[in-house]
Amino acid sequence: MSAIGELSSISRRKRPATAEEKRANRRDNKAAYIFLLPWLIGLGAITVGPMIMSLYLSFTDYNLLQPPEWVGLDNFTRMLGDARLHNSLRVTFTYVLVGVPLQLAVALLIALVLDKGLRGLPFYRSIFYLPSLLGGSVAVAILWKQIFGTSGLVNQVLAMFGVTGPGWISDPSTSLGSIILLHVWTFGSPMIIFLAGLRQIPNMYYEAAEVDGATTLQKFWRITLPLLSPIIFFNLVLQIIGSFQSFTQAFIVSGGNGGPSDSTMFFTLYLYQKGFGQFDMGYASAMAWFLLVIIGAFTAFNFIASKYWVFYDD
Amino acid sequence: MTELQTLPAPEKLPSSEGKTKGKSPRGGSRKPESRGTLAFSRSARIKALAKHAVLIIAGGVMIYPLLWMVVSSLRPNDLIFREPGLWLDSLEMGNYTDGWSALTHPFGHYMLNSAVVVIGSILGNLISCSMAAYAFARLQFSGKKVFFGIMLLTIMLPFHVIIVPQYILFSQIGWVNTFWPLIVPKLLATDAFFVFLMVQFIRGLPKELDEAARIDGAGHPRIFLQVILPLMVPALATTTIFTFIWTWNDFFGALIYLTDPEMFTVPVALRAFVDSQSATSWGSLFAMSIVSLLPVFLVFLFGQRFLIKGVATTGIK
Repeated sequence: MSAIGELSSISRRKRPATAEEKRANRRDNKAAYIFLLPWLIGLGAITVGPMIMSLYLSFTDYNLLQPPEWVGLDNFTRMLGDARLHNSLRVTFTYVLVGVPLQLAVALLIALVLDKGLRGLPFYRSIFYLPSLLGGSVAVAILWKQIFGTSGLVNQVLAMFGVTGPGWISDPSTSLGSIILLHVWTFGSPMIIFLAGLRQIPNMYYEAAEVDGATTLQKFWRITLPLLSPIIFFNLVLQIIGSFQSFTQAFIVSGGNGGPSDSTMFFTLYLYQKGFGQFDMGYASAMAWFLLVIIGAFTAFNFIASKYWVFYDD
Repeated sequence: MTELQTLPAPEKLPSSEGKTKGKSPRGGSRKPESRGTLAFSRSARIKALAKHAVLIIAGGVMIYPLLWMVVSSLRPNDLIFREPGLWLDSLEMGNYTDGWSALTHPFGHYMLNSAVVVIGSILGNLISCSMAAYAFARLQFSGKKVFFGIMLLTIMLPFHVIIVPQYILFSQIGWVNTFWPLIVPKLLATDAFFVFLMVQFIRGLPKELDEAARIDGAGHPRIFLQVILPLMVPALATTTIFTFIWTWNDFFGALIYLTDPEMFTVPVALRAFVDSQSATSWGSLFAMSIVSLLPVFLVFLFGQRFLIKGVATTGIK
């Protein structure tokens, strides 16, 4: 079961402890906290402490040199009027809302073709999976910068057909698209999750449908898709959370400035520039919390919406 | 009970490992081939052929850029912007020798730095995550449910929310331009994803083993070290491999904490390379990119089954 599944089932697992269990509980407490010690320290010092600290900093003006100065809601009102920030939100939303569905669609499509005991499946699976391991690296971002450059690989291929392609990453109208393509290129890991899900669908459903004369398309819509919907949901939630935090590819492809003309200025890139370029730590903290709220809202929306389209075969 | 219980349970990990090689993983409950009459099997063969065609074309398009990068790194520089094909007239190793010494330190220096961070991170994750996982999977203690919930939530927490204060903290201890900020969090089990992966795995091990050890008088440290740990080697291998790849590729953390070229890891060194070079040295840039991808590729080759199982059972890249 996934982390998401665990999380939503935690509240439902209540059951009063028996007397014997209570005695056992007492016995384990000391050992348990010793085993948990590194994790507990990390939780306090590396995760929760800094989280609370960044919430505080988001209400201050802080440049690392002078002590933080309380400015109330200033950072947040500044965000309301910051046109570059609005643009970075637009870029990030476009990336997430186009890139994630596209990537999942390709992942599902290839998984469907790969399913059904095709010969050479492990080989194909490896080929498709490899890019998702390499996709987050600086090296692949460098490759992308070349491929989609003015005289890069894509335009060299187009030239063979007599087409003169644009400078994909130097043209603000196509630069974001190039980075979205890089995201789609890494569809291997959701594909593997889809493959695992497809294999869990009992074959008798398809056999019964065939007896009733169902077409391939009908079988897909009425059997595969509903039974796979929990997996689709799971991939969707994870990929959205991850994509909002994308950074490396846009940073390398744009040379660190989110260009041309801010067309690849992801929210995280702008946050980095504010925090670690200009050392405007208060503003960067406010942005970070805003990002957390956005991701939280998207995830909550996903869970609420899931009631209407995710089907559980209990 | 909830969604996603349809994913294969991790307890299947150790037992099913050996099988992946011989048998194609269609496994499971579906045997589509068994349907056919003669007429059907002929159309099935055409269908399979069409599928292979689709997959070969799609796979080719996916992999082509990588192959082309390898070939281009072995070509004279000017060809990179003129030659989209994969054929090589001669092997040009100049790009590799140029790239290796293009920055203030030889490229091997950065690879060594990366290796230090990677090894530290792997050890950190193995030790701290397995300890936490043992507590969550096997011990009863007050606050367990709450802590477990928090642990799961931290898997999804965006790094950006903590990076600013974390940076302030580490810079005050004087840890900027050291490897500590990249390694110490792993020693403290902040990669909660691996805690979860191991909890799942330990839950799949028979409880009778612990109980037998306990009856023999073993305490928790001994049960953990001598019973559980040897049995969870597959989960430890998955953790090692993922930690290797993620740490080797980690750019954001290194970008923030390592500003001194002496301390650069491979990703930030490559970034410095991109920034410092003009468009004429793409060959050596490609060459060093290949060098930087090589360890990941090797780990992929030899650790594939752990990677694919890890993704399939826990659903995280």
